[in-house]
Amino acid sequence: MTTKSWRETVPGGWITEAGNALEYKTGDWRSEKPVFIPENCINCLFCWVFCPDDAILVEDGKMKGINYDYCKGCGICARECPTKKKALVMEDE
Amino acid sequence: MKQKVTLTGNEAVALAMKQLNPDVVAAYPITPATEIVQIFSTYVNDGLVDTEFVTVESEHSAMSATVAAASAGARAMTATSANGLALMWEIVYIAASNRLPIVMPLVNRALSGPINIHCDHSDAMGVRDSGWIQLWSENSQEAYDNTIQALRIAEHPKIQLPVMVCMDGFIISHAMENLEILPDQVVRDFIGSYTPQKTLFDLENPVTAGPLALTDSYFEFKRSQAEAMLQAKPHILEVAQDFAGVTGHEYGLFESYKLDDAEVGIVVLGSTAGTAKVVVDKLRAQGVKAGLLKPRVYRPFPAQELVQALGHLEALAVMDRADSFNAFAGPVFTDVAAAMYGNDVQTKIINYIYGLGGRDVGLEDIEKVYKHLTRIADTGEVDERLNYLGVRE
Ligand code: SF4
Ligand code: SF4
Repeated sequence: MTTKSWRETVPGGWITEAGNALEYKTGDWRSEKPVFIPENCINCLFCWVFCPDDAILVEDGKMKGINYDYCKGCGICARECPTKKKALVMEDE
Repeated sequence: MKQKVTLTGNEAVALAMKQLNPDVVAAYPITPATEIVQIFSTYVNDGLVDTEFVTVESEHSAMSATVAAASAGARAMTATSANGLALMWEIVYIAASNRLPIVMPLVNRALSGPINIHCDHSDAMGVRDSGWIQLWSENSQEAYDNTIQALRIAEHPKIQLPVMVCMDGFIISHAMENLEILPDQVVRDFIGSYTPQKTLFDLENPVTAGPLALTDSYFEFKRSQAEAMLQAKPHILEVAQDFAGVTGHEYGLFESYKLDDAEVGIVVLGSTAGTAKVVVDKLRAQGVKAGLLKPRVYRPFPAQELVQALGHLEALAVMDRADSFNAFAGPVFTDVAAAMYGNDVQTKIINYIYGLGGRDVGLEDIEKVYKHLTRIADTGEVDERLNYLGVRE
């Protein structure tokens, strides 16, 4: 939530800094959230490929969890997770 | 330096566009504005301008391409009329809210239906609240002069808003008139070179145009947009002053004609003001203190200045070449009456809707309006606020 006065806005709503989507935490749009179950994960990173945001945390080529600041709860990662016992399941917020 | 020529309004505006030499013109032809872009396309073909001419598949695309070009940092123009403007409508708002200095001649024509290609102001009135600056012209000379000034106004660093140059369809666009034109170089010196405040093509400073702004920021952007319009008037007058320095042609927010000592007056936009001036002269010769006010800058609306110019009248008729179908009054009336009422003025104000779909307005019609005003001034009573002029009863 921005607290800028109208006097501080860029005329015409132009965005003049690159990459400032990072400042916009879209996690509060979520009504369901993906929950990561590490013991079922085979680190295929399908979730990372398919996540339409930048919400899958990966370290050294391994799935590490969800960044809930940006995860919108679309459920794509849980759907694409290929393991028989899912490593990602959706739960109500 | 100035040259006298005889041109139609469309030819005069096409010539102004040639002299402005925009980087991009994107257009889709529509009567009665067709010739503007048609003539302009011959300038492109003959290599007389440096313009990229984009032929598009609709007016929605014409305005979209113009917005895109302006966002890229180009001087961008288009021209249209009536239903063409209606089809642009969505993007017309975006041009203003993205603060793009686009210039668009609008050859005023009735909106359908019934289908009609002739003059009225329903097209311009439909977008009067879109955030564009609107300049109105009485004749070809004013259409030419306004088009040239429009570019400077739009690009003024403190304004950065699109400007619509209105002129009456057929009555101005297709009638031959004498006017004074400037040499190309004088126009190019007057407008100067253009350094856009922002451009999508600056790879060192990447920007995003037209992003989403929801409940937490949309309102602030609109407030900031409103401020540009609120602050525009003095800058429009600065440009007019510079223009007068070059041409000797004086322009203000409006033109007052024999108004100072007038008792009865009318407010009328566009070519009908010319007809009304003849009536004012005739009535003056008969001892009637008649006057006239012709708005030039309709957006921003010069409320304070209008009240000062009109507040001493006993009776005033505001003429609307468009109906609002609001069971109250036409758009110009609503604006003028609100300004007067808000300033505690006692002038009796009536509204005349006239000339819809190109219905001719003669001297005798305007005379009827002044007679009505004299009656009101004598009796101090407004009988009918909303009147229709020249419709068969
Ligand atoms: S729910 Fe959607 S946004 Fe959230 S991590 Fe999964 S794919 Fe990404
Ligand atoms: S898709 Fe499933 S298995 Fe593959 S990395 Fe993501 S959570 Fe692990």
